[in-house]
Amino acid sequence: MITYKSQHLTFFMPEAIEGSGTNFFDTGISAGFPSPAEDFKEQRLSLDDELVKNKEATFYAKVSGQSMIGAGLDDNDLLVIDRSLEPANNKIAVCFLDGEFTVKRLRVSNGEVWLQPENPNYPIIKITEDNNFVIWGIVTNVIKKVY
Amino acid sequence: MTFFLPLQSMYALVDCNNFYASCERVFNPNLQNQPIAILSNNDGCVISRSDEAKAIGLPMGAPIFKWESFCKAQNIKVFSSNYPLYGDMSSRVMRILEQFTPDVEIYSIDEAFLQFKGFEDYNLEDYGSQIRTRILKWTGIPTCVGIAPTKALSKVANKIARKFPKKTKGVYVIDSEVSRIKALKWIKIEDVWGIGRGLQKRLKAKGCYTAYDFTQLSDDWVRQTFSITEWKLKKDLEGVSKITLDEPITKRSIATTRSFEYTYSDIDNIKERISTFATSCAEKLRKQNSSCHMVIVTLSSDRYKKDLEQHRESKIVNFPYPTDSSLLISTQAVKAVKSIYKSGIKYKRAGVVVTGLVPTDNFQLDLFQKENPKHKPLMSAIDVINRKYKGNKIKLGNQDLERTWKMRQERLSPRYTTNINDIIVVK
Repeated sequence: MITYKSQHLTFFMPEAIEGSGTNFFDTGISAGFPSPAEDFKEQRLSLDDELVKNKEATFYAKVSGQSMIGAGLDDNDLLVIDRSLEPANNKIAVCFLDGEFTVKRLRVSNGEVWLQPENPNYPIIKITEDNNFVIWGIVTNVIKKVY
Repeated sequence: MTFFLPLQSMYALVDCNNFYASCERVFNPNLQNQPIAILSNNDGCVISRSDEAKAIGLPMGAPIFKWESFCKAQNIKVFSSNYPLYGDMSSRVMRILEQFTPDVEIYSIDEAFLQFKGFEDYNLEDYGSQIRTRILKWTGIPTCVGIAPTKALSKVANKIARKFPKKTKGVYVIDSEVSRIKALKWIKIEDVWGIGRGLQKRLKAKGCYTAYDFTQLSDDWVRQTFSITEWKLKKDLEGVSKITLDEPITKRSIATTRSFEYTYSDIDNIKERISTFATSCAEKLRKQNSSCHMVIVTLSSDRYKKDLEQHRESKIVNFPYPTDSSLLISTQAVKAVKSIYKSGIKYKRAGVVVTGLVPTDNFQLDLFQKENPKHKPLMSAIDVINRKYKGNKIKLGNQDLERTWKMRQERLSPRYTTNINDIIVVK
């Protein structure tokens, strides 16, 4: 539902509670005959629907540090992770590497896997057989608090 | 090889391996291959062990105060039970299962029966393997799948899959007389679903040591000596399906699932039904002196009316402490059904399952056990106060009072999926 419109920004009222939202009727109210509104009902916008494509496989994580700042992942940002997605070159993945969770960009070429930070102060990591390495899930969204 | 009639529907039992331990491992992969033990509420005794902990010799039910030094010496990682985490992971697994067939019976927090009707053209071993793979990839929880023409046989098949992971890759199908008889001769009578300790003794006295021996008894004798339940079990093991979906024969969970007389689209009727089912489950709980840790509510439309919009959903609610209170279980079940209900759908069937069962402590008070309309405003008042002063300051009187103030959960893992402050941190 649009609640406020300024020159540059349009404000939507997001859904505050869990669930599928309440109905938003896009038609005017007409007295006297059955409302056709039922046919045009729309759901209030839900961030869950936008950000979570596969509920059963979606998990959240919090970013610690700035190794991925170049990709827009800052300290304390919230990550939406979808475990059902297939890992592939260039995807940002949450991995479990040698006893620690880490988020990096996957680089896959010639059968080699590299974990690439998006910050010049961090080294790129080559995954070898000696590493205890699991790709835990693929990052689909980053949520930042700016308020 | 003789195969069963091709038109017979098949059942699968999907069981999560060491479920509680597996849940802990998803969010703490360092625990992979490590011995893990999970404690009962209030950190009393061991209620779940990883394979590694079993192999070291930590017994089920071990009181932790006696086994503390053993666990330390053997480097067994010990956790308080994290029911919010287990409940959430369980509901993910159950929902994934519903993607494979519409006929799912949630049997307990970590197992479900699936029925495959009209799957004649499917290679069920492949299908079972797909189920396993999807659950493992999406949730991180390893499972075993046993497939057979009856529920009791699917339980046996599941045990085989679990026992021989290398050979079966976690999926085993009993689909011929040869494989059925082989399986029944392998499984000991005490490991057969629904054979309790008392029954076991009597059967052994009769010379029954395996499930196969049991099936060799005469129908009449079984029916007369025991009851219809044991006879059904015998037929099921013979490959003649007598135990239908939603018909539990043991008490790891208590379920009340019914089709409605009419279809209901209004929430009030559905709420009434759910409340009745919940009350009935609570009564059964009290009757067998058990309390439950969680309640699962399911709601589904009439799937035989394909032209109507279909909707099936289930929801798990965790209790912070085990309960057998009708009031509490019913309130939560109704809340849950309200959250999954969609207006405009014609609902035909609903169910309430209470699971995570533990024996009820003797010193619980019975103050709120009788249904009373006056409890409703009281409950809302309590809720308001508890919301205002975080940490549930006021609780129901039927809780163990010592736990009410401070439940011992000294080794609790974070609530990785149900509390934003507890989600995993990645560098």
